[in-house]
Amino acid sequence: MNYTSYIIPVLIALMIAVGFVKKVDVFNEFIDGAGESLRVGIGILPALIALMTAIGMFKASGALEAITGLVAPAAEFIGFPPEALPLALIRPISGSGALATFETILTDVSPDSFAGRVASVMMGASETTFYTVAVYYGATKVTKTRHTIAACLTSDITAFIFSALTVNLFMS
Amino acid sequence: MMKWVFGLMLLLSVIFGLVTGNAAPLTESALNSCVEAVELFLYLIGGMCMWGGLMRIAEKAGLTTALAKIFRPLFKFLFPGLDPSSKAYGLICMNVAANVLGLGNAATPIGLNAMHELEIEGQKRGLDGTVASRHMIVFIVLNTASITLIPQTAATLRLKHGSLSPFDIFPAVIVTSVIALAAGLLVALIFNAADKRKAGA
Repeated sequence: MNYTSYIIPVLIALMIAVGFVKKVDVFNEFIDGAGESLRVGIGILPALIALMTAIGMFKASGALEAITGLVAPAAEFIGFPPEALPLALIRPISGSGALATFETILTDVSPDSFAGRVASVMMGASETTFYTVAVYYGATKVTKTRHTIAACLTSDITAFIFSALTVNLFMS
Repeated sequence: MMKWVFGLMLLLSVIFGLVTGNAAPLTESALNSCVEAVELFLYLIGGMCMWGGLMRIAEKAGLTTALAKIFRPLFKFLFPGLDPSSKAYGLICMNVAANVLGLGNAATPIGLNAMHELEIEGQKRGLDGTVASRHMIVFIVLNTASITLIPQTAATLRLKHGSLSPFDIFPAVIVTSVIALAAGLLVALIFNAADKRKAGA
């Protein structure tokens, strides 16, 4: 099952082998490429510190839980299980937060229940949108993101709605 | 945009936390989150450099160009006007390939280099560097939607909590991912087309 444990070593061997065949100075090119990535990485760190502080405090203040409580009736109305709501709210914001929330949901309800399955599909079918947007634009000088958030959130909301729809369709 | 996300989140957190008596966790979080950010940076930077180094070898050996050929038909539609022989194009293809295979830690560093290259492409065309280009927006949508073939984290945690069939979510995950990605790309491309018409008029 764990096919990913083969991919990385094979990929590395392939790159080095092709490098030798094409007469690339594999060591010096590696060092050059790594150095460039290091400079890109250091450029991101300030944005990372700013956003992780904002996200951490938002979670710690209890505001996230309060918002969950407010949205619960609307979610139930469209057939979305309220137990999976905190995951929908944290999913776009924090990857580790989503993992922690998913873990809590599976502890509270069975993974084979409707809410447990919807949460599982959401976890597998969406990404940490705001984190990705922040980190990716952090690698550039972009401050005006135009319709990035609109497009990404459309994708997330579609994923949340369809997680409930597909679980109903495929597993009931 | 980011100034509002950042500023309002902090203000709301402090007001809400103080009103509800959560001052202690709020303080702890204010002092600790920056440490977590540095830990995350340290966690990511090794992989970024390692993949940056390997990508440089692959690039010099022509492997990126070979992979770019596989994605060319689809990406020509998603990234109109981007030179298929550019560094950015090759990195985008590698990033998507890594995402599809579920190599998140490999995809992110490649993706960040791709953003950097897209910025350089924008400069060549005389675009304002502080404004997101249409290529950047489509690329970010590709990365904020999950295009992973096998949702391993979800299945592993389901197994841990005693699911009788931890993998039965796969069909639902694939259908949901594809529809969600299509919806995001549609919005990005419609806005891109509208902006282009406005700029062209």
